[in-house]
Amino acid sequence: MSAPSDTDVLVRVEGLTRVFDLSKPWLNRVIEREPKRTLTAVDDVSFEIRKGETFALVGESGSGKSTIAKLIVNLLAPSGGRVLFDGDDMRKATSANARQMRSRFQMIFQDPFASLNPRWRVGDIIAEPIRAFDLASDKASAAKRVGELLETVGLAASDAAKFPHEFSGGQRQRVAIARALSAKPEFIVCDEPTSALDVSVQAQILNLMRDLQDEFGLTYLFISHDLSVVRHMATRIGVLYLGRLVEVSEGKALFQNPQHPYTSMLLDAVPDLDMTGRARTQVVGEIPNPIDPPSGCRFHPRCPLANARCMQDSPMLQPTAIGESACFAVEEGRREVPNTSTAGAK
Amino acid sequence: MTDTPLLSVRDLVVQFPTRKGVLTAVDGVSFDIKRGEVLGVVGESGAGKSMTGAAIIGLIEPPGRIASGQVLLDGERIDNLSVSQMRRVRGKKVGMVFQDPLTSLNPLYTVAQQLVETVRTHLPLSEKQAREHALALLDEVGIPAAKRRMDDYPHQFSGGMRQRVVIALALAAEPELVIADEPTTALDVSVQAQIIDVLKRLCSERGAAVMLITHDMGVIAETADRVAVMYAGRVAEIGPVRDVVQHAKHPYTQGLMGSIPTLAHDSDRLVQIHGSMPRLTDIPPGCAFNPRCAHAFDRCRQDRPSPIQTGERAVACWLADQEVGQ
Ligand SMILES: Nc1ncnc2c1ncn2[C@@H]1O[C@H](COP(=O)(O)OP(=O)(O)OP(=O)(O)O)[C@@H](O)[C@H]1O
Ligand SMILES: Nc1ncnc2c1ncn2[C@@H]1O[C@H](COP(=O)(O)OP(=O)(O)OP(=O)(O)O)[C@@H](O)[C@H]1O
Ligand code: SF4
Ligand code: SF4
Ligand SMILES: [Mg+2]
Ligand SMILES: [Mg+2]
Repeated sequence: MSAPSDTDVLVRVEGLTRVFDLSKPWLNRVIEREPKRTLTAVDDVSFEIRKGETFALVGESGSGKSTIAKLIVNLLAPSGGRVLFDGDDMRKATSANARQMRSRFQMIFQDPFASLNPRWRVGDIIAEPIRAFDLASDKASAAKRVGELLETVGLAASDAAKFPHEFSGGQRQRVAIARALSAKPEFIVCDEPTSALDVSVQAQILNLMRDLQDEFGLTYLFISHDLSVVRHMATRIGVLYLGRLVEVSEGKALFQNPQHPYTSMLLDAVPDLDMTGRARTQVVGEIPNPIDPPSGCRFHPRCPLANARCMQDSPMLQPTAIGESACFAVEEGRREVPNTSTAGAK
Repeated sequence: MTDTPLLSVRDLVVQFPTRKGVLTAVDGVSFDIKRGEVLGVVGESGAGKSMTGAAIIGLIEPPGRIASGQVLLDGERIDNLSVSQMRRVRGKKVGMVFQDPLTSLNPLYTVAQQLVETVRTHLPLSEKQAREHALALLDEVGIPAAKRRMDDYPHQFSGGMRQRVVIALALAAEPELVIADEPTTALDVSVQAQIIDVLKRLCSERGAAVMLITHDMGVIAETADRVAVMYAGRVAEIGPVRDVVQHAKHPYTQGLMGSIPTLAHDSDRLVQIHGSMPRLTDIPPGCAFNPRCAHAFDRCRQDRPSPIQTGERAVACWLADQEVGQ
């Protein structure tokens, strides 16, 4: 793999870190003699998203996917590192510049209920980005565009007059998708865009997202816990574990030839629809506490390949045949499961 | 032990008056759930799955209402109870996991406060005991380091963690019937497996009944004993999971199975069922699925099929009727 040139990269994430403060208010803390409590949700993460591709982030619940998404669209401030959008750091842009940049990307939130204003009609919700960025010449053309968007996502133009509570869960999700498309962005961050949708509507939306990508060269950051959906959509995939990126790889190759032991474990846990009777391999061990994560490789308490080195040192991303992976076993070419006497493996 | 099903829904009809006339969101739905059984409910978005669940626990928001039909819990009608009687049934006898986790959580209280409050409303426990019970529940649904995180606020949790808190809340009072509306949608596979385990144990150990609404056929295949497929406010097909998943009889169910992306197959486009579900105010005469159905024939455009029972299965399709007739 040759490194992509800067003109191919739309979003570059460099050493991104976000720490949340979970402490009680200062006074309570002093009275109850509690120490400060912090949680590192995203820890020194770097990757790039190339123009026209779908970059997927996967990882267990709480691994930091939504936090990275919010950092990228500048809804959260990083504690360290930076995000470059087409070469520019949004946090350093002048306000006119930032507004211009802002019009080029949109986000579909994990929780479509919370992101739709309950007092606004759906037509106004969808037209809001059109208005904010002056994209329609007059009201009538904005309304026409709203009607088209509603039909694109499988609703009816007449639904514009309704309020969010008049829709089912999946219908609201489609309103959120129509809203994200309305400003014709180049880049869309999709946090679980189809998780509230039944499979036939999901198929419609995923096909639509691909058609838009082919037609307008859209770039997506795609977050989903559904690995079969990710496999279907992703050009490249990043695997997160406890706030760290442990593997980045070409999409399909990851499923055939996962490098990192955590990736293998995730793939083995996918439920079996063919009902061949194969028990799904349970993911072993608990997701450790992100407030004080394990030393060394954060995956070592659950890793069948862990040895003494894994408990002390933290592996860095290293090139593999299909991308990059942060694992000593991969680096050292140690792929067999060691026998049970080896330290670390339970 | 009796043979009375724990939950029995009979010809349930839910309607909303709207600007354009009456909208029938649930149109004559009937099914039973036995103790210890999980009934999966799947179907097109907007088909009336959540409304059916909301009607069972009396949470249809006015102007919507149950226009006709009955809901029986353990043989007793609960669709005609007063608001205060229904409040006692809810939580204690019936627990509900809503599709939208944020609406069930109060942003102003910590996770522990909300759980303790729910536990103490329904169970005779002290503050301290209730807190221990709450902690056990959070552990059970797989919140990592629950003890150290239970005093955080909902917004400090990730999407999947909030969803698990909502599940813990629904199970807090040890209900006999759990209605879970998309409980695992925002969860990755490993946590999903854990939640499925919790629901299954609830059935096998405590003889609870579960109505599991989800669009994830993988979850249904693994958890449910029977599955009901809904389309445009009606049950299109109902039966044992294995039969329905592997030998779908209703053309809509067949289309649904084809839309599922799998890890095993490579294809550039997912199969879509052609067209979309009709507006509920605009349902065609005859079978509601007929404009999208590849097998539709004359009768389908005139008469509306009702579920036809054969053995453990019922299919609302004229094709299935012909088969039976032969
Ligand atoms: N505002 C916040 N304050 C404190 N902690 C937070 C906040 N937002 C997120 N966290 C914590 O950061 C970690 C990562 O959360 P994030 O929402 O990014 O996870 P996720 O990978 O999107 O998970 P899910 O799949 O459940 O949505 C979690 O432990 C979460 O509790
Ligand atoms: N307050 C309301 N007023 C009018 N119509 C409503 C209202 N609430 C729901 N509906 C309609 O009732 C129908 C059934 O909604 P329901 O929420 O039961 O769907 P669902 O099967 O749960 O779908 P999803 O899979 O998308 O959650 C939908 O078509 C919806 O538009
Ligand atoms: S570095 Fe060690 S513990 Fe970490 S994934 Fe690799 S083998 Fe396992
Ligand atoms: S009744 Fe007719 S239209 Fe309806 S699903 Fe059966 S064959 Fe198709
Ligand atoms: Mg998230
Ligand atoms: Mg619903």
